[in-house]
Amino acid sequence: MKKIDRRIFLKGGLAGGAALAATGTAATAKGAGTFNGYPNSMGVLVDLTKCVGCRTCEAACNKEQGLPAPDKPFNDTSVFDEVREGGQKRRTTEKAYTVVNRYDVEGREGGPVYRKFQCNHCQEPACLTSCFVNAYKKTPEGAVIYNPKVCVGCRTCMVACPFYVPAYAYSSATNPVVKKCIMCYDTRLKFGRPPACVEACPQEVMTFGKRTDLIKLGHERIKANPGKYVDHLYGETEVGGTSWMYLSDVPFEKVGFDTTLGNQPIISYVKDFLGMVPVVLTVWPALFTGFHLLANRKEAKKKEEENKG
Amino acid sequence: MGGRTRKVLGVTAMAALLSLAPHAGLAAGGPTTVELGTLSRLFAPVPFDHAKHTGLAGSCAECHHHTLGEAPVDPNCARCHRANQPAKSVACRECHPAERFGAEYLARLAANPQLYHTGKPGLKGAYHQKCLGCHRAMGGPSGCEDCHPMTEKGEAFYHTGKYAPAPHKGGHEE
Ligand code: SF4
Ligand code: SF4
Ligand code: SF4
Repeated sequence: MKKIDRRIFLKGGLAGGAALAATGTAATAKGAGTFNGYPNSMGVLVDLTKCVGCRTCEAACNKEQGLPAPDKPFNDTSVFDEVREGGQKRRTTEKAYTVVNRYDVEGREGGPVYRKFQCNHCQEPACLTSCFVNAYKKTPEGAVIYNPKVCVGCRTCMVACPFYVPAYAYSSATNPVVKKCIMCYDTRLKFGRPPACVEACPQEVMTFGKRTDLIKLGHERIKANPGKYVDHLYGETEVGGTSWMYLSDVPFEKVGFDTTLGNQPIISYVKDFLGMVPVVLTVWPALFTGFHLLANRKEAKKKEEENKG
Repeated sequence: MGGRTRKVLGVTAMAALLSLAPHAGLAAGGPTTVELGTLSRLFAPVPFDHAKHTGLAGSCAECHHHTLGEAPVDPNCARCHRANQPAKSVACRECHPAERFGAEYLARLAANPQLYHTGKPGLKGAYHQKCLGCHRAMGGPSGCEDCHPMTEKGEAFYHTGKYAPAPHKGGHEE
């Protein structure tokens, strides 16, 4: 019930379903792009200037989420030299919900920048809004979780996600299923505890707290250290805002962040398409048309932003 | 990590540190070695050569901030803390909570949004940010095991040592 309300709400169809209206969240909602998130949702502020690339967070995630053993030990830093197809750095996979990458930034004092990466837990998640079977849910605590039992493995969310996060497990050829960071919802967040990766980090790179407080904290930290940080909190506004936000001392685009995404949630660009899809499990041709459309929209939007800049 | 099986502090050394009168002859004072072991779980305690580091740091305030009554190094701290305001204790863990992510501390933070030091690191963060920050800047040893050898629990956690994955056969999986 609640899930469907939210879905409708996100599509801009209603000013919030009963469940949301009751908490007052939807009071100002006019449609996509104006949802400011659950008022008490939690988030994580990642300060890239503090990360030393030790990969403890990766090890912690592996343990907490019961993921398969890694190909290389978690204290092996040779992974930073791995290059994927098309010169890409490591990405999240079905076996690793978070990865740390190294960026050599010319002229930066203090060596390379390390960046931990995982699902950003968007305020208006494109994975959620693009999912035909309602496998996803944004919880009031801030996590974007999914129900693997419902997932049909169509990969639409993978295409929709602006950060290329969802991965697929192909352990069963007939039933591939989405795999991604769930902000440790089941084991920790639900109980008010911070994610395992946050707690494990020796450098306390990540601060766990209410998203609204973290935004303040982020800006305070920028202000208290004049000249140190780029005056921007990545994720405060990007794609409608994300629960995980980042501080950096080098321009974000130099350390793997897409700064061309704009501040509108991806939903704004797919919702007319979603309107086209009647209910759950439409015929496959329609699904693939949509799939394609979605990919094109995302690319078109990026070009648009690029041309602007 | 909750540090469930946390070892008892390097008691003797810590006691020495705690008993340090704030006003005692500082430049030359302080314990010689401190075993930093409060958080020891994945790594063994650090036998910290305090005497060596007092010489290297130049000022006690470099690590102890305002607690010894010296003016803090960070201008942001100096806005409130001035010289001649020694604190009751100079031990790191007195201000930087070992259980930074424990329910109790999180509740305290949540209950008091006005708290000034909201961004204050916990004990693990304080150690690493301070020690490693300086070591990296000064070209000191900066590998994890340069300061603390990994324990067996650590090897299991990092999937290394005797818990290392079997060598990979056919390149990577993609
Ligand atoms: S980052 Fe991607 S997978 Fe995560 S919530 Fe946003 S759209 Fe979904
Ligand atoms: S929040 Fe949890 S699931 Fe996500 S990367 Fe961190 S440890 Fe892994
Ligand atoms: S554990 Fe912390 S310092 Fe280490 S790589 Fe992860 S975020 Fe960086």
